[in-house]
Amino acid sequence: MKIFVCVKHVPDTAATIKVAGEAGYEEGGVKFVSNPYDEFGIEEAVKTVEKNGGEVVILTVGKAGAAATMRGAMAMGAHRGILVKTDTQFLDPALTAQALKAAMDQDGLGDMVFTGKGSVDSESFQTQYCLAAALGVPVANEVSALSLGEGKAVAEQETGGGDKQVLELSLPCVIGATKGLNEPRYPKFPDIMKAKKKELREIDIADLGIDLSQGRICLETLEIVPERSGAKMLEGDTDAQIAELVRILREDEKVI
Amino acid sequence: MAKTGILIETENNGVKETSLGVMAAAAGTEIHALVMDGDAAAARETLAAHGAAVVVDMAAGKTVQSPDQAAAALAAAAKEYGLTAILGTASAIGKDIFARAAALMGQPLASDILGLDLEQRTVKKSHFSGKTLATLRLDADIFLCTVRPNLFEPAQAQAEGALAAFDPGVADAGGVKVLEVKKGDADTLDLTEAPVVVTGGRAVNAAENFAMLDACAAKLGAAVGASRAAVDAGFANHAMQVGQTGKTVSPRLYIACGVSGAVQHFAGMKTSKVIVAINEDKDAPIFAKCDYGIVGDIFEVVPRLTEKL
Ligand SMILES: Cc1cc2nc3c(=O)[nH]c(=O)nc-3n(C[C@H](O)[C@H](O)[C@H](O)COP(=O)(O)OP(=O)(O)OC[C@H]3O[C@@H](n4cnc5c(N)ncnc54)[C@H](O)[C@@H]3O)c2cc1C
Ligand SMILES: Nc1ncnc2c1ncn2[C@@H]1O[C@H](COP(=O)(O)O)[C@@H](O)[C@H]1O
Repeated sequence: MKIFVCVKHVPDTAATIKVAGEAGYEEGGVKFVSNPYDEFGIEEAVKTVEKNGGEVVILTVGKAGAAATMRGAMAMGAHRGILVKTDTQFLDPALTAQALKAAMDQDGLGDMVFTGKGSVDSESFQTQYCLAAALGVPVANEVSALSLGEGKAVAEQETGGGDKQVLELSLPCVIGATKGLNEPRYPKFPDIMKAKKKELREIDIADLGIDLSQGRICLETLEIVPERSGAKMLEGDTDAQIAELVRILREDEKVI
Repeated sequence: MAKTGILIETENNGVKETSLGVMAAAAGTEIHALVMDGDAAAARETLAAHGAAVVVDMAAGKTVQSPDQAAAALAAAAKEYGLTAILGTASAIGKDIFARAAALMGQPLASDILGLDLEQRTVKKSHFSGKTLATLRLDADIFLCTVRPNLFEPAQAQAEGALAAFDPGVADAGGVKVLEVKKGDADTLDLTEAPVVVTGGRAVNAAENFAMLDACAAKLGAAVGASRAAVDAGFANHAMQVGQTGKTVSPRLYIACGVSGAVQHFAGMKTSKVIVAINEDKDAPIFAKCDYGIVGDIFEVVPRLTEKL
């Protein structure tokens, strides 16, 4: 089996973001990692080829610095990587999907594609759907359990209120992974060393025929969301604090 | 007047409050309430009272069975009624259907938005785990977005609510088949819909101790949530997780019990109207970013709070 995993290179969720200009942020000093949900996809892909044979190819559309993140994915067991280079920070997900598809077309189509459930920087929640539509294959997102059968995949997802839905998809398909699917492994030192020697091919996004001026989602401004200014701490003994809280929630805030 | 479609979610044949909130977000346009999975005739009166000019019954033909069919049905409704925007709830199902519809229709999508301007075609949404707010402009023929549940309050706005039957005629199920729907506990309130949420963190310390939060939640008509630490430790079900990885909630009241206040937790509840924290550590980071705080042991404070409610 040949499995593609789409991995986005993103700032760590714990990083402090400093806005720069109208719609940018300062990258200096920010730690970049692989999008956390994509790691569930990497793990699932690696586990699958460990069992069935085949290869796992990491696909990233991003800046040159993304190569480090891709090495991390290869240390988890992926065999090689393709980096589609662009300097655009927030690429329209439809264009990202076009670039991912073009890279796959060039490399030879896979039997399956994994993505994460969504990216933690732009939180677009749609690249996987655009990609599936472009490839003309079925997609399931927020998948927390998966099994593969003859020409098909059976995926489970939560739908709210504790309900779950079981979906059957014909292969090839796109699976958006989330927590619960597996426990991503921590690479060991020898794996990290080995990953340094794995093939990482770089392509310029323009060479794939992607026209960046075709983007239809434009980030106009980015602003810091101020934190609340700090709690009003309730005073007195426990009972007094509780009585005051209940009064505030009823009378001042009117939320209960 | 511009025509906006709203994908209505129903429950026990009633319209979900969250869907009425989404209708409020489209005030000032001619609203077409699209009912795909419930009894449109039964919902008509409520929908008309909240601004629906037309109530479209798309369930009659019962052709919509898979998520791809639901997406194709949205596309068909857009064409049939000349809709220039379609809005829905950013629930698990809503986000999925809209993303499919956007890809199918070749339109941009804004998922889980916090504000919108239908005329300017701009939305406000979270970037970087709720740390920043982005303004996006969508160059869309049909403006598609899902709205964070509970962010907009339902508003009374009487309109005609003319009932129209529309069979979207989507026979092809596509490559995704729903094999089974496993119903959870029927009493469980959907976290994303709940007007009040009581959440337990690592401090809850054992699965059976969640009963203490259940009791408090029952008094408040609240859903019970959990932090990732509580879920990972096996104290709570994954479906209960609030945060970046779990559910995004925006209730009018959020009570965090023994939760430290990590950024990834806040990503999922930061837009709640009032946030209360109960934590034994007076220096816990959560106190710096919530509205009201009680310093104390949850095993002492929560039961007494429940008594007082
Ligand atoms: C990519 C990524 C995604 C993540 N997604 C999520 C997510 O979706 N949701 C989420 O919650 N986290 C998420 N996390 C984890 C997050 O970073 C925190 O680790 C987690 O939220 C901590 O949970 P907690 O507050 O319950 O535990 P802790 O941080 O351990 O805090 C427990 C708190 O309880 C207090 N306490 C202890 N005993 C008592 C007592 N008896 N009475 C009162 N107070 C007491 C302590 O003072 C402490 O403040 C994510 C992390 C990453 C990296
Ligand atoms: N630039 C990118 N490079 C590789 N994969 C991406 C990129 N952007 C998005 N993806 C994949 O698509 C998923 C959804 O991203 P998004 O639509 O941005 O929320 C992510 O979890 C990734 O797996």
